[in-house]
Amino acid sequence: MTGMTPIVKRIAQLMVPSILLLGIYVIVHGHLTPGGGFAGGVLVAGCFALLTLAYGTEEMKSEVFKWRASLLESVGIFIFWFLAVSGVVQGSYFCLNLISKSNPGIPFNLFSAGNIPLYNIAIGIEVAAALFAIFITVVVLKVGEKS
Amino acid sequence: MLTALILLTVLMILGAFIALESKDLLSGVISLGIIGFALTIIFLVLQAPDLAIVQIIIETMTLVILIAAIQKTTREDTSDEFDAKKVMIWCAGLVFIIVFLLAAIKAFQHMPAFGEPTLRMAQYYIDNGLSLTGASNLVAAIILDFRAYDTLGEATVLFTSVAGVVVVLRKMGRKRA
Amino acid sequence: MILFILAFLLFLVGLYGILIKRNLIKVIIGLMIVEYAVNLIFVLVGYREGGTAPIEMLGQKTFFVDPLPQALVLTAIVIGLGTTALMVSVAVRIYEKYDTLDVRKIRKLRG
Repeated sequence: MTGMTPIVKRIAQLMVPSILLLGIYVIVHGHLTPGGGFAGGVLVAGCFALLTLAYGTEEMKSEVFKWRASLLESVGIFIFWFLAVSGVVQGSYFCLNLISKSNPGIPFNLFSAGNIPLYNIAIGIEVAAALFAIFITVVVLKVGEKS
Repeated sequence: MLTALILLTVLMILGAFIALESKDLLSGVISLGIIGFALTIIFLVLQAPDLAIVQIIIETMTLVILIAAIQKTTREDTSDEFDAKKVMIWCAGLVFIIVFLLAAIKAFQHMPAFGEPTLRMAQYYIDNGLSLTGASNLVAAIILDFRAYDTLGEATVLFTSVAGVVVVLRKMGRKRA
Repeated sequence: MILFILAFLLFLVGLYGILIKRNLIKVIIGLMIVEYAVNLIFVLVGYREGGTAPIEMLGQKTFFVDPLPQALVLTAIVIGLGTTALMVSVAVRIYEKYDTLDVRKIRKLRG
């Protein structure tokens, strides 16, 4: 799959930092403003899909491999499981909100609400990697080819 | 506001008819994009900003995946000739759909009216959400603190679907000689 | 009540696409329409007249819409993309093996 004309390449190059910054902002501020893990994760995946479509597959094959996307996705789920099980280890119920019980922060600040921002980051990594892996497998690779 | 919702829903029904009846598959897929974007505006009117962000980007990625599928297979829908079996399928399908619609009209009369939901479960979350968890976004507090088990199940389903896509599209099939 | 009936009509249009159409891509489009209609009915159930989005802000009144259906639909949208991608990949493999996308002909040929 070839890339597009230089105008499209230039505009994609200019827009990608803003979209990536917006996606990371929506993930990290998930407990204060609308958004959260899922909305920020699909924004980051959409940004990478835009880069792949604008530049074509020959240039992108040297940058991001498919196995790296599936590795990141496994890391995301592993962090989620680790945070959830840590409540059981303490002797209480599953998915306990640890930090909020020990020292509650001031509400409406960035460092409040205990475990929830950590869950947001784990879900954001997992959703972004999963959607990007689906996109590459269906659109970019030819049938019968693995990389 | 009610008229805006009714007009958008009628637009979605018209778009669905065009998407299913067109002969060219590419124009059918683009009509599906109309339905997705109208659904985003309906989510914004119904005061659900998280859902609007997720819906608009997933709609765009679904369009890209479907267009890639059309590019790898045929582009025209040439399988709709008219023969006797088609009339029988049409009659059976129409009878089933009309019976389903009548049963649903009777069922919808027992639900609470539009605009006054019964908030038995959600009243506890609205009253005590900020003091129990410390998060301002109530939807994020529900999916990540009160009901985090469902979010774990959703992450597992997404992981399984990615594994399924990679396995199906990996090996070369046997070509008919 | 008229809004619920209209959203259910959208569900029935998608159901017509699944039952009666013969091209595999049309069946996939019908399934996606059914999924959109179900998400719409969920969010319509939880709307409160005069309420705002369920985000708490400093010093504002707390008359919210129902946040519970929104939390359920949020994960349902992302799962819908996963199932659509899986169906599309199976359709691509069927075309590569049988050289047609007609459901009547796929039953007759044996690869």
